[in-house]
Amino acid sequence: MCFRVPYMSVAVATQLDDIAARRAQVAAALLAVLPARAVLSAPEDTRPYECDGLAAYRQLPMIVTLPDSEEQVLAVLRVCRELEVPIVPRGAGTGLSGGAMPIRDGVVLSTARMNRIVRLDAYSRTAVVQPGVRNAAISEAAAPHGLYYAPDPSSQIACTIGGNVAENSGGVHCLKYGLTIHNVLGVRLATIDGDIVELGGAALDAPGLDLLSVFVGSEGMLGIVLEVTVKLIPKPPVARVIMASFAQVVDSCHAVAALIAAGIIPAGLEMMDQTSVRMVEPFVHAGYDTDAAAILLCEADGTAEEVEEDIARMSAVLAAAGAVAIAVSQTEAERLRFWSGRKNAFPAAGRISPDYYCMDGTIPRKRLGEVLAGIAQMEEKYGLRCANVFHAGDGNLHPLILFNANIPDEFARAESFGAEILALCVAVGGTITGEHGVGVEKIDSMCAQFAPLELEAFFAVKRAFDPAGLLNPDKAIPSLNRCAQFGKMRVRGGLLPFAHLPRF
Amino acid sequence: MTIDTMTTAIMTDIASQFGARIRAAAQAGQPLRLRGGGTKDWYGGALDGNVLDTRAYTGVVAYEPTELVITARCGTPLADIETLLATHNQMLAFEPPRFGSGSTIGGVVAAALSGPRRASAGAVRDFVLGAVLMDGRGEALRFGGQVMKNVAGYDVSRLLAGSLGTLGLILEVSLKVLPRPVCEASLRFAMSEIEALTKLNQWAGQPLPLSASCWHAGVLTIRLSGAEAAVSAARRTLGGDEVPDAAAFWAALRDQTHGFFDAGTVWRLSVPSAASAIIVGGEQMIEWGGAQRWLKIEDGGDVDAIRRTVAAAGGHATRYRSSDKQAAVFHPQAAAVAAIQQRLKAAFDPAGIFNPGRLY
Repeated sequence: MCFRVPYMSVAVATQLDDIAARRAQVAAALLAVLPARAVLSAPEDTRPYECDGLAAYRQLPMIVTLPDSEEQVLAVLRVCRELEVPIVPRGAGTGLSGGAMPIRDGVVLSTARMNRIVRLDAYSRTAVVQPGVRNAAISEAAAPHGLYYAPDPSSQIACTIGGNVAENSGGVHCLKYGLTIHNVLGVRLATIDGDIVELGGAALDAPGLDLLSVFVGSEGMLGIVLEVTVKLIPKPPVARVIMASFAQVVDSCHAVAALIAAGIIPAGLEMMDQTSVRMVEPFVHAGYDTDAAAILLCEADGTAEEVEEDIARMSAVLAAAGAVAIAVSQTEAERLRFWSGRKNAFPAAGRISPDYYCMDGTIPRKRLGEVLAGIAQMEEKYGLRCANVFHAGDGNLHPLILFNANIPDEFARAESFGAEILALCVAVGGTITGEHGVGVEKIDSMCAQFAPLELEAFFAVKRAFDPAGLLNPDKAIPSLNRCAQFGKMRVRGGLLPFAHLPRF
Repeated sequence: MTIDTMTTAIMTDIASQFGARIRAAAQAGQPLRLRGGGTKDWYGGALDGNVLDTRAYTGVVAYEPTELVITARCGTPLADIETLLATHNQMLAFEPPRFGSGSTIGGVVAAALSGPRRASAGAVRDFVLGAVLMDGRGEALRFGGQVMKNVAGYDVSRLLAGSLGTLGLILEVSLKVLPRPVCEASLRFAMSEIEALTKLNQWAGQPLPLSASCWHAGVLTIRLSGAEAAVSAARRTLGGDEVPDAAAFWAALRDQTHGFFDAGTVWRLSVPSAASAIIVGGEQMIEWGGAQRWLKIEDGGDVDAIRRTVAAAGGHATRYRSSDKQAAVFHPQAAAVAAIQQRLKAAFDPAGIFNPGRLY
């Protein structure tokens, strides 16, 4: 499927002829300071960069650069700064929110060639890696030392650490082991001004404001990552997973609350509703109970003794909470089989439906029943089916809206369906994105979550790092005008802020 | 009117008084000193401006034990929060030091001092999920939220941890909480500094339930926390002697009532855990698996020499506790970092009225 979303750039050159002239000008300036293999400008070469994991949003970039060193990154920044060209940083392009969607008159800065593990030290349990190193490659390199890098986003075999830093990526184990922010000690980055800045470092903290906190998750809008210092932790020797079936969705929610109330933090805690279970089971034969209204996967890891103790405690809590069936993995192969269904939920959606649209709201867990009921009503309203998989431990819900892009207006309906789910997440006290980022996809939904003054504060943060406004502009943070057009301006306390602002 | 709605109305009124006070101060260019219980007045740089006492803005707004989140107004006493959490067998896992009964949760977040569990559980900022900040225009801005995973917008709420009130008044904060460990045990070993540093780094690379460590005067004390099976297995592996008064020992370390903190200038050296012994004279106590080293020097020490040595080891040195407020408290930053910090400050506090000189 391919949808073209018109891009309205803040910069110059909107006419086609202008783009060609501009491309020639910028390419010449880049080729003067970079080797030819680091600059792509022919459409057949730049086509692979026209979208990221959110393939519905596409835009052919003017130029793609592939620097392989800090010096080359600085050279790209210098040219773009001088010629006022917007830059879209890009890792592996696996992001799901269009954060790496190119800009028509902009340059894509791919970090793919900066893919060296600079240093890996088992004694200090740290690795210093370049941004283009794959997430899984870090753990692979650390494995001989019994160590690994904990965050494991589902795309970990392909996604890069630079992208993980940009998105503050999580994964199925983040309830216990944290997000990227909890596992990164330091970032070396280049600002648009060409300064090299170190945030954090090898120590556990740094003097002054904790700028690393605001940089992680900033969606490539504050600086270009040059190196990341990550924390490595000991690999738990054993992991086992419980698969529990429930006759009612609400029972499974109570079971999750009961686990937490019992003082248990599982290594992984995932829920799938019946639609998801019936979608994946014929595909992967994980052994899921297709009659269950919901299933929970609950993992324990650690030493063999510890896991045995935890599994016994978890099983007792799940049984008391009304699980109708409980199975515990007896072998590693069985554990992986139990997980295979959950991990293949997205591909399974792609198998039963020509297209699907994955949402990423987070809600207070106790509101899940209500949110799922709301989603069921929306299925009727929009005439589309939705399968729900849920990082139950941390409240991160992934509704998969199934649609067919070849049927006129189905994508538009899927988009409206998605936006309504996100509005519901905000209304129950949650957020529009738990781990996929805002990008271009959810930029309008930001207007529902944040008030105008808060959006202004975000822009001020951006200006503090990127005064020129050239790094991934017009992503993640909507302008007030945009919110006014979207008509979802967040109003608190009954007063309309910025009453003087024009509305259309 | 219920008690809850009455409280909310009173608190809304107090917040608007704060706002009016801030706007007046900004207009007059008059510095404000944001202050909770004042238990950390000794920490950081200059104390400048008229006190804005946050304690009236108090109370737990929401606590959902099964959601692992507590939300409280800035003036809520830390002691109240810890008592409430304990009734549900939960805790603030970053173990903030308690310097007195007046300590407030706003001050805990603004100072971002973490205790013995920091190396294994995380720092204050790792547990901040959301905050309401009153900026230099007296406007309340809401960042983050009350959920564990949230990547909408820049993570300004975590940035407030350790900001020492320089960006604005933290009105309300949401923190992730954790269950208390099922089982804990503490062990003691006679060991040299070098030997202790080596062991701590080696152990941290193994699947052991280490939750705190302290080396001082030839003795290494460690704490194990977790499932009963994990703690007893680790005890068998590691050996050492059982610590009889373990809870009191860790509390004294956490609250800095340990004899080490009694007198003299205390420096806090934050270094990579794997850094070898930092030789700058004085007496040292080592925590966080080697990553936090306390240095006590009677005459205050040679500031430049200490900073040079610690920087060479890849860390930074804070003149943590000292009678001399003249010398710079915090390690100097790189110019590019300081410039970003200044621009952030100007954005949130355009009149420059909040806690000038306290952090920068």
